[in-house]
Amino acid sequence: MVHEWALAESIVEYVVKTLGEVRQIKKLLIRIGKLQSIDLEILEFALGELFRERGLSVEQIEFNEIDPRLRCNRCGFEWSVNMDSLEHDVREAIHFLPEAIYVYLKCSRCGSKDFSITSGRGVESIEILW
Amino acid sequence: MKYYGRDPRIISIPRRLEKIKRVIAFMSNKGGVGKTVLSTITALSLVDKQYKTGLLDLDFVNPSTHVVLGVDPSKLVFEEEKGIKPPVIHGIEYISITLFTKGVLAPLRGEALNEVFAEILSITNWGELDYLIIDTPPGFSDEHLDLINYIDKLEVVIVSTPSSLSIRSVENLIDLMKNHGVRINGLIENMSSNSSLKQLCLSRGIRYLGNIPYDPGFENSIGFINKLKETIVWRKVSAIVDYLSKVTNI
Repeated sequence: MVHEWALAESIVEYVVKTLGEVRQIKKLLIRIGKLQSIDLEILEFALGELFRERGLSVEQIEFNEIDPRLRCNRCGFEWSVNMDSLEHDVREAIHFLPEAIYVYLKCSRCGSKDFSITSGRGVESIEILW
Repeated sequence: MKYYGRDPRIISIPRRLEKIKRVIAFMSNKGGVGKTVLSTITALSLVDKQYKTGLLDLDFVNPSTHVVLGVDPSKLVFEEEKGIKPPVIHGIEYISITLFTKGVLAPLRGEALNEVFAEILSITNWGELDYLIIDTPPGFSDEHLDLINYIDKLEVVIVSTPSSLSIRSVENLIDLMKNHGVRINGLIENMSSNSSLKQLCLSRGIRYLGNIPYDPGFENSIGFINKLKETIVWRKVSAIVDYLSKVTNI
């Protein structure tokens, strides 16, 4: 329960600051990238605990996972990353800091390390329904 | 009602820093003036004076505080505790991107720099610290703007050499930071045997914290704490640290 807990704290802090006095949330829809290999069960558990500590009740938490996409800034090639295909140490480094990917990966077509993460990095959006 | 938000990390940063009394960043928009050495020795000197101290290397592309500390990045490990607990190096709670990149250069464009800033600041669980010292990269770009925008308790120490190239840059830096309302603790004149930047400080209304002479033998002490402690740089920084620790009306 590592990065998930830190991420949950950020999300809860964000929701509390956004909603002010609201204490009941019907639904939280979180769009989250797969790049960080976040364990959604742990994240949901941490969110539940932290919302309870802050006096908020959340009826439903839903996650919408987004595949990581990369685009080469040199040749324009776009590609996806299958996190399961990476070595454990690499996946763990990217879990803590997704930008570690620039050390370990390169463009599948031209070999450049000058690429960008175009989607699927971390929390891309939070939709709060109350 | 519905609300669509985006990045929650930035909002959590103040809570992550709430146990830290003072946050001091060493800045200069000119490279090679000694920010890394002076910020790292400041952190070591604070620990020597029994202050609880952290050191954050904000140079995400070319981090080098670990070189001054004599640490092999491949051997740096951290504890995981609802985020990351900084490893303690020579008594300093230490965070650098090199914990994740293991000393290999990560080519980062602007947006990626912002992501690294938000990620590291939002997952690091600093202990109760008297000081968090921050080494910043040269220039004035994403990392510096993020510091100013997201760390309310930020204080800045400016580093410059007496070179006209550095002076002109630093004048611009001081003016820019004053426009942003950043608290400037003062300026350290590095690699200089006289006090030629006193007048600049006077004209810009900031403190002159002292000069540190160029020491041709200093290079041999980098990475060795006991040797660092014998240098004139250490003695001069120690005096500045004594002064900074008494300055409360910033």
